[in-house]
Amino acid sequence: MTQPTLVACHDCDLLQRRPVLEAGQQARCVRCGARLGRHPYSPVDHTLAYVLGALTTFIIGNCYPVVSLESSGIMTHATLLGAVRALHADNMDAVGALVLFTGFIAPLTILLSLTYLLLPLELGRLAPGFAHLFRLFISVSPWAMVEVMMLGVVVSFVKLAHMATAISGIGLWSFGITMLLMAAMSASMDQADIWRRFEALRHGRLREARA
Amino acid sequence: MTTWRKNTFPPGSAAAQGLASCHACGLLARMPEQTHDSHDTVCPRCDAPLHLRKPNSIARTWALVITACILYVPANVLPVMQTTTLGATQNDTILSGAAYLWNTGSWDLAIIVFIASIVVPMAKLIALITLLLSVQRRSQHQIQQRTRLYRLVEIVGKWSMLDIYVAALLATLVHFGSLLTIRTGPGAIAFGAVVVVTMFAAKSFDPRLMWDAIETQNHDRAEHPRS
Repeated sequence: MTQPTLVACHDCDLLQRRPVLEAGQQARCVRCGARLGRHPYSPVDHTLAYVLGALTTFIIGNCYPVVSLESSGIMTHATLLGAVRALHADNMDAVGALVLFTGFIAPLTILLSLTYLLLPLELGRLAPGFAHLFRLFISVSPWAMVEVMMLGVVVSFVKLAHMATAISGIGLWSFGITMLLMAAMSASMDQADIWRRFEALRHGRLREARA
Repeated sequence: MTTWRKNTFPPGSAAAQGLASCHACGLLARMPEQTHDSHDTVCPRCDAPLHLRKPNSIARTWALVITACILYVPANVLPVMQTTTLGATQNDTILSGAAYLWNTGSWDLAIIVFIASIVVPMAKLIALITLLLSVQRRSQHQIQQRTRLYRLVEIVGKWSMLDIYVAALLATLVHFGSLLTIRTGPGAIAFGAVVVVTMFAAKSFDPRLMWDAIETQNHDRAEHPRS
């Protein structure tokens, strides 16, 4: 059924041999230069550590204001979900839904699904529904925009500075760390290795079942 | 191997061998004979639907690009932010928001906002239209550059959400009653829609269609991928 030594480029469909990579190397398509594979320095447990770290800071970030504003004795605070609520109050549900999905649901789905997938994998077990959740992670990935939100906070700061006193909150620093940890998570993740482990475990289980 | 396949896909491509790579897990799997792009075929490893090429790529991408072009007008004309100070309301569009940053001395941020909110969405639409036309004309011109352009379009898309986050944060924070209140304007809905629709358009475009136009190619090069 399958040809493990061959790979088709996802951008130009050229069929080519999959090279054996050493740590730190990446394979690119000979024709169009698309990245076909990567062998990061870090094993799965590093990725898992970044995921758990990002999940922790993401939860903290959601509990505290990102920015607070003070003007003539009145303080206002903005948490991520508070912004969604404010947009809802302004009858801007469509925009609120977009912020809710890209800022909250998508990153949380990524972090929770990876925890669910990688934690048992690291312990030599296969989480039920592994393939489905991995596909969920793949389809949600492009919609997580913590880094865009961070840039938005910086721009807001400058705009607010002309109106009142803007104060950075714990949420801002937590999301900043989340952003860095999620970048490290993506960079350290070896999807080919994750699937290799998946197949090994699945076949191991089948043999056990037969015995 | 059917003749249909040989005529449709260039030699050297995985599709010509009846092989499809799974978009979710990357597995190279053999498509069953005859049922090439049916929805029934799933990846043997992860159950994701398998296709030799993204289904209806050209029509779908055109539909989304045209939708985005239409939405682009209200996104830039309607206000994204409404600032009310002591009864007087000031409407800010995407462009005037960037101009405000420029005029108040934050030219660096003004450039970032201008690029993310105005240049990127427009450049994305122009790039996708160029790519679509090149596929339909079966162009062989600068195919590597075009593939690179596609990858750039995919990466850069989400940064246009910047202004949505800025408007959302300002509308949340600046609530000082009649003294000073900021609300998001209807332009934000159109603008958010442009960003989402163009992201879907980029996802539905299949860059492999550009390479299908290439009739002859060097097989030997496939043997030595550089790492």
